[in-house]
Amino acid sequence: MGEYLTSLWGDLPVVVRIVAAILAIVVPLLVGMAMLTYMERKVLGAMQLRQGPALVGPFGLLQPFADGLKLLAKETIIPSGANRMVFLAAPMLTFLLALVAWAVIPFGEGLVLANINVGVLYLFAISSLGVYGIIMAGWASNSKYSFLGGLRSAAQMVSYEVSIGLVIITVLLCVGSLNLSKIVEAQRTVWFCIPLFPMFVVFFVSALAETNRAPFDLPEGESELSGGFFVEYSSMSFAMFFLGEYINMILMSALTSVLFLGGWLPPLDIAPFNWLPGPIWFILKIVLVLFFFIWVRATLPRYRYDQLMRLGWKVFLPFSLIWVVLTAGVLVYFDLLPTT
Amino acid sequence: MTLTALAFYAFATILLASAVRVITAKNPVHSVLFLILAFFNAAGLFVLIGAEFVAFILVIVYVGAVAVLFLFVVMMLDIDFQQLRSGFLQNLPVGIIVGLILAVELVALVALHYVQPGAGVATAAPAAAVSNTEAIGRVLYTDYVYAFQASGLILLVAMIGAIVLTLRHRAGVRRQQIAQQLDRKRSDVVAIRKVPTRGGV
Repeated sequence: MGEYLTSLWGDLPVVVRIVAAILAIVVPLLVGMAMLTYMERKVLGAMQLRQGPALVGPFGLLQPFADGLKLLAKETIIPSGANRMVFLAAPMLTFLLALVAWAVIPFGEGLVLANINVGVLYLFAISSLGVYGIIMAGWASNSKYSFLGGLRSAAQMVSYEVSIGLVIITVLLCVGSLNLSKIVEAQRTVWFCIPLFPMFVVFFVSALAETNRAPFDLPEGESELSGGFFVEYSSMSFAMFFLGEYINMILMSALTSVLFLGGWLPPLDIAPFNWLPGPIWFILKIVLVLFFFIWVRATLPRYRYDQLMRLGWKVFLPFSLIWVVLTAGVLVYFDLLPTT
Repeated sequence: MTLTALAFYAFATILLASAVRVITAKNPVHSVLFLILAFFNAAGLFVLIGAEFVAFILVIVYVGAVAVLFLFVVMMLDIDFQQLRSGFLQNLPVGIIVGLILAVELVALVALHYVQPGAGVATAAPAAAVSNTEAIGRVLYTDYVYAFQASGLILLVAMIGAIVLTLRHRAGVRRQQIAQQLDRKRSDVVAIRKVPTRGGV
């Protein structure tokens, strides 16, 4: 049966296979995103001694789908002063970029849509494009709150990308390849979160800033900007931003687990751990990182804008630069440089 | 093969169309957005000739950083479109001359066979065994290390220049001194006094 299926799969035209593979990634991703909003509300509820959503479906599990349907049924409002084309393109761009990044994420050994040699660079390029959706939305809405939110977000994302880049360089120094599968393979002996623990922390905090999550959610800052760059959006165009933001969160968690938590590898390669297949481990790690995202949101108050910039440029940048030099020095001195 | 050709024509067409729109779009923000589209399609063309490292660096540096700053500045401009178009006839001769010189140079370059189809590919061929990230890394830090360091130095000078030009210390602005805040002790700032009734401190 299995052999028959494999041969059947091989006989299909390339285009059909690619579309099927894409659907196999995107559909679980969208369901996962819906579950993430549910998980966020449940975890926040538990941390604030509330119940969270509990009425729609068993344990409130169907709440995100009810919310989605509600958004679909609403009217799309385009402000009369808005720049129509850019206004409508912005949420689509955000959503699209959040999805295309998943092409290079390895879910298991050989389980990747596009196993390209410059996987890390691809992810970095896509995440640096993410700022355009927000900037375009902020400008095209023709409203001062949106505009301020867009500007803040642009400055914030560009600043934290610099330290993310340096963190990625330290990991690459230890691996000797830009291929994400090879990065995971290199962690067979020890996960990088142990030898590179400070970089792991810097990466996680930068990921919070990059995805505009609390405590760095200044672009939205409802108490000062009444909702930030998407104040003017409603209905599906709002839902696109919402989807994009949460999928980006999952993406950053996936990247954290690929770079530092050993991707699909089990914690120890012994009996009870390696019973679970690789993709399950990968998903468990993503959920763990997402739990941290939510935990941080429940715990910390929002940063002030100048403190945010100070943290990015004056603390993280020099710190990660020193670590790049230190890692390179240690690797060269002890002759540990990976050979390809 | 046909898929590659189709991709090439798609990228090339969109690249040229968006390049034209950069200079014809009335709204400068639209111009910058078309410029970004052009960069992106140029990166696509790089991928097609197998230079994936250059392609992604183009996207990261130009699209991810430089164009964001462009957009930042252009969005802040308060543009009067009437005034923008008023100098059109005056500037037209200068524009035509510059354009003509560029066109002549480009045509001369191609016509005199300094650039032939495949001329650049031939030199890159020996590096085909290693991935092109590795190939670039090998020459960048060995053969061209001085050029590399010099370009870094130029960027550093430009960066310092930009900071010097924009940095100003205004009097009367209270800034947060985090080191000072952490350094403060209770005994420095809090004093317990015995205040006699109706006497004041």
